[in-house]
Amino acid sequence: MMPNTMRDAWYPVGLLSGLSDDGKDSQLLGEPISVFGAKNGRPSVESAGRTLPVVERFGHLWTSLGSPNKDLFTIPEADHPERKLVDVGVVRVKCSPLRAVENFLDVAHFPFVHTDILGAESHPEVSDYKVEIRDDVDEVWATKVEFFQPQAAKSAGGGITTEYMYRVPAPTCAVLYKTCPPRPGEWDVITLFVQPLTEDLCDVWPWMALFDDESSMTDLIHFQQLIFLQDRSILENQLPKRLPLDPAMETPTRADLTSVAYRRWLKRHNYTFGAQLVAE
Amino acid sequence: MILYDYILSPSCYKVRLLASLLEVPLEVRPVDFHPGREHKSAALLALNPAGSIPILVDGDLILTESAAMLAYIAGQHGPGWLAGSNPVDIAQQQQWLAFSHRLTHALGGARLVEMLHFYGDLPALQASGIAALRELEAALFARRLSGGTFLVADAPSIADIACFPYVALAPDGSVSLDIYPSIRIWMRAIRALPGFIEMPGIHRLHELAPDPFEEASL
Repeated sequence: MMPNTMRDAWYPVGLLSGLSDDGKDSQLLGEPISVFGAKNGRPSVESAGRTLPVVERFGHLWTSLGSPNKDLFTIPEADHPERKLVDVGVVRVKCSPLRAVENFLDVAHFPFVHTDILGAESHPEVSDYKVEIRDDVDEVWATKVEFFQPQAAKSAGGGITTEYMYRVPAPTCAVLYKTCPPRPGEWDVITLFVQPLTEDLCDVWPWMALFDDESSMTDLIHFQQLIFLQDRSILENQLPKRLPLDPAMETPTRADLTSVAYRRWLKRHNYTFGAQLVAE
Repeated sequence: MILYDYILSPSCYKVRLLASLLEVPLEVRPVDFHPGREHKSAALLALNPAGSIPILVDGDLILTESAAMLAYIAGQHGPGWLAGSNPVDIAQQQQWLAFSHRLTHALGGARLVEMLHFYGDLPALQASGIAALRELEAALFARRLSGGTFLVADAPSIADIACFPYVALAPDGSVSLDIYPSIRIWMRAIRALPGFIEMPGIHRLHELAPDPFEEASL
């Protein structure tokens, strides 16, 4: 039985620019929903005759099956008017929604899955970084993550050591702040918003807020789709299908600290849709 | 040569792959296929009324079928990738180029439904895809028994490049390749070709673990 805590969280269900006035049938946490464009003047979501709460933010429509006790998180950095806001578009993945987020938080796979782009096989080391669960905001944060990247971004000319910060502000959402090649001192914002359809199926809505005067919007979309589709084929082959929250299942290494904190945070809140609680 | 390209399109990848294998420079013009549907825009429909990509433009020549693009690039830069004068080879090459359309429709269709929210009859597409894979597996098995690795004659050809991407990406449409050993060996041979490039979902061959005996003899 799904714990109520996850029903009260916010989830992305569509691109604001791509909603259909006639409605589109989808799923959220295993329940059927219909997502409408301007049916009543504003976008809306219905489930089993109920009208669900909605928020329009980050280029997407968000909803919740329950009663959210706090507003959808914000990303103040993304509000800068000179940033390019990139709607990358939906990709369906046959994996646990929690697995999709966990993979996004991992840097150790870069040299092997995103070879010669986000990592190089000759530079697989993940140096020490800092991970914490920030109780005041109730978010998972990883900071001071450094990694050598042959082509860190569309705007990166060559190999650079990139600094990352990771943030998990909601059970199926992750925000990545990374070195911005054309604007030292600023962070590029790259997000992974995951709509959990079932425990082993999700729709992923990547979104970005970048400083990049050179690349076209299509270039930026293609770069991120290239990266995420490299992940997709790996995600669909991970076993066990659901994310194990039982420490007996796996032996993490230091490079996995973010994942360990994410799993601990999920368990603390009973965010278990897509998780495996007991080792099988 | 300008290729109107989408990074996730297996048909566009065929052209990029052959160009890379033959070291032919391509000017790539990215098309916002998803989510932008730019291939249905007025500008691209003027270039290709069929509303599909890839589109290859070389001077006055505009090609909108990937098989024709493969033939054009090979004809200019790699005649060995085209069937020679043997009527059987010519016929088989045409046979596989036509067959590749079945792969595009069935396995490619299932992939678009499963991955990018396109509409389609998924079970029917998967069933046609599996039927095509069974046919390909049988043909490649017969080729192997007679000492061949590739689809036509003794060398890789545009027939292999035309069929390879949608087969390799069948799992994107929830069609498993686990049960086709001859197809897997054939795909490995293609991935081992000098100049091979990857696309998302089709990985390069990573170096195998060092040979322990070779190590010992040093």
